[in-house]
Amino acid sequence: MKTAQTFKAAAVAVALLGATALTMPTFAASVPEGTTLAAEQVFKYRVLDNINTLDPQLVEDVDTSAVVRSLFEGLYNSGADGNPVPGVAESYEVNADNTVYTFHLRDAKWSNGDPVTAGDFVYAWQRAVNPETASNYAYFVGLVGVVNADAIVAGEKPVEELGVKAIDDKTLEVNLAFSSPWFIRTLSHATLYPSPKAVIEAKGIEWTKPENIVGNGAYTLAENTPGERVIVKRNPNYWDDAHTVLNEVQFLTINDENQGLTRWRAGEVDQTDVPAGQYPALKAELPDETFSVPQFCTYYFDVNMTDKQSNEALKDVRVREALNLSIDRDVIVNGILQGGQQPAYSFAHPLTAGYIMPQIPAASMTQDERDARAEELIAEAGYGKDNPLTINYIYNTSDAHKKIATVVGQMWKEKLGVTLNLQDMEFQTLIDTRHEKNFELARDAWCGDYNEASTFLSLLDSNSDQNNSGYSNAQVDGWLAEAKTSEDPNVQYAEVETQTAKDVAIMPIYYYAKVFMQNESVKGWPYDDVEQNWYAKDLYKVAE
Amino acid sequence: MIQFILRRLAVAIPTLLVLIVVSFMLMKMAPGNPFAGEKNVPQAVLDNIFARYGLDKPEWQQLLEYVYNVVFRFDFGPSFQYRDRTVNDIIAQGFPVTFTYGAWAFVLAALIGVSLGIVAAVRQNSWADYFAVGVTIGAQVVPNFVMAPLLVLVFTLWLRWLPGGGWNGGHWSNVILPVIALSTSYMANIARITRSSMLEVLSSNYIRTARAKGLPSRQVIFEHALRPALLPVVSYLGPVFVGMVTGSVVIDLYFSTGGIGQAFVNSALNRDYSTILGITVLLGALTIAANLIVDILYAWIDPKIQL
Repeated sequence: MKTAQTFKAAAVAVALLGATALTMPTFAASVPEGTTLAAEQVFKYRVLDNINTLDPQLVEDVDTSAVVRSLFEGLYNSGADGNPVPGVAESYEVNADNTVYTFHLRDAKWSNGDPVTAGDFVYAWQRAVNPETASNYAYFVGLVGVVNADAIVAGEKPVEELGVKAIDDKTLEVNLAFSSPWFIRTLSHATLYPSPKAVIEAKGIEWTKPENIVGNGAYTLAENTPGERVIVKRNPNYWDDAHTVLNEVQFLTINDENQGLTRWRAGEVDQTDVPAGQYPALKAELPDETFSVPQFCTYYFDVNMTDKQSNEALKDVRVREALNLSIDRDVIVNGILQGGQQPAYSFAHPLTAGYIMPQIPAASMTQDERDARAEELIAEAGYGKDNPLTINYIYNTSDAHKKIATVVGQMWKEKLGVTLNLQDMEFQTLIDTRHEKNFELARDAWCGDYNEASTFLSLLDSNSDQNNSGYSNAQVDGWLAEAKTSEDPNVQYAEVETQTAKDVAIMPIYYYAKVFMQNESVKGWPYDDVEQNWYAKDLYKVAE
Repeated sequence: MIQFILRRLAVAIPTLLVLIVVSFMLMKMAPGNPFAGEKNVPQAVLDNIFARYGLDKPEWQQLLEYVYNVVFRFDFGPSFQYRDRTVNDIIAQGFPVTFTYGAWAFVLAALIGVSLGIVAAVRQNSWADYFAVGVTIGAQVVPNFVMAPLLVLVFTLWLRWLPGGGWNGGHWSNVILPVIALSTSYMANIARITRSSMLEVLSSNYIRTARAKGLPSRQVIFEHALRPALLPVVSYLGPVFVGMVTGSVVIDLYFSTGGIGQAFVNSALNRDYSTILGITVLLGALTIAANLIVDILYAWIDPKIQL
């Protein structure tokens, strides 16, 4: 797409030249000429019972983000290919070392007609880190580098010291604690959307109710019945309303995925996820309406390396590598998941923007070579079929997790003589057990928060809260720190991936795919955005 | 009578308090917390959230404050899972939904169930009996989690007559399928209980006497046999009513009605402590009320029972 290429070129120019002003073409539903639009522009999208809040600073999950994205808009949005396109900001400047960003805001309005000002962003960002707001995503503001965010979350500094200020109503300055060339990529996250101070202060917890809420997105809230549906309708005060086509979006809760498919077939929803294992059949039956696109997540096993578990064998890198090599990922993705998932041998998603996936030795071997090497390693470590090893694995109750665990257990049994004991548990129990490091191997998965490799690789830092393996390597920590200011962070990322693969800090299994049914009449979906951040304002329906 | 009701209500209060304390303790013993997800939250953030919801206080204090708020302010607190809603909001939204289709299903199950049961008993071993028994066995062996998808397949996908889920403000077309799916197996049970109880009564001496003195069959059945035959049915209906208007978890989840059963399951899975407690208290109170009503009905039906 032309717009995107222009932008890429511009982004490269910024990276090379440092401080450069940047103005980009606007982006909205781009309907090709000659298209006959459907008379009824209503998009019905299936969600789970997980629309927990409509407060941008409290949003946690993917579906809720999709709703909030229609009600609010940040400085930058994600375009059709996942690269940033202007939202409330028309352009920005950045200093030479990528630590001070200055945004120029357009004349955008709130749904009540008030102007959207730089002060609204300052208020919202301060609100996100304010301990009283108690947002789960409070840490995100510090993660992307805004000065003093972590100290404010910890209650050590007042919110006014957050590194964001309004120079005037239309100019916002953000100070970062470290050089971040990818800061613009983080701005489409709901935590960094503006919020309406007057309404929040007047209505308190009730401010997100349909009768109270004021947003600056392309849609306004018409109905919110948690567990059943959320309905949003077009906002005439949105700055780009002229290019919006969809008049209404219905987020319909359908708890059961098979029920979702039945209702999709009956035409009651336009889009729903494909139930596990049904992709090949549906693709054959309805090739134009069945989609599988890469999704920004990696599925992996944690290997507990701390002293909190007593299985000494797992502390032997030869054992870990033998286990890792003998997992036949092709069987898992092609035999079990069957939805276009890709085998993973390293952590960061290969389609992460700007990331060049390094060549991990295991990835280029055949499975026979891997198995042969695994047998050698396990023998060297003193285990094998004559001295069998027993390992415990925990996962949360789910058919897919169970199938994967069973198959991996079978592979290990046949190839290495390892007995894998499976223990399934409730999701909350798994999280707790994993966090307490009270396990040997555990199921884990990670979805990127922003489109840059550090969203994955920072988990391998010994100080990361998400480092469930308890992996600690000073060299890796060093590379991760260096990458933040590096001219080309891919150099450090390659080191990190290669080293952690060598140490088997985790066992990556596969990269996710989003597998869904979509009505033929729906157009404008961002199939190429690995984060699948869709904006209702960019979609339209054609006449059938 | 009045004294009986007052006595039962006096017992209800400590029962509810015990319910709250036990549920509270069980909940706190379960691993996990309402704010944990696949992504671990940094400790500083977690501390803020716990402080915001008073979870940093000692548990006995949390319990006392909770009971105080429930009893004196009728406030079940904020939901931990739905961050911009209170438990009162959740119950106010979900309970009417489940109550609506639960009550319809109850009426349907009771009316058809009792009628089928009577017909089957009175015309024992006739085609009507076989038909009624056949229908009830059929309805009983198809549990509601099988019935629901079957109904959706037929009425939503094939015939396109009715929506396969949602609530749409209680529109009649959204109510029909949940009502049928929920009522069939209860209806079957009611029919079976009515039939066997009716058969027993019909073979008793006083019915033979009534027939012997030449009373018409209609009078024998409706004036003499029905009342005692309904006793076991009534005792079954009390808990069924509560179950139908509150705990129709499967139907709620399957039809995604936004009802209270769905909220109950999700709050338990997400460790939404305040919502779990709120709904538990609601269910407890309804169960106590339903049992009380059953006892009063009993006394009315059976003069031998003194309250």
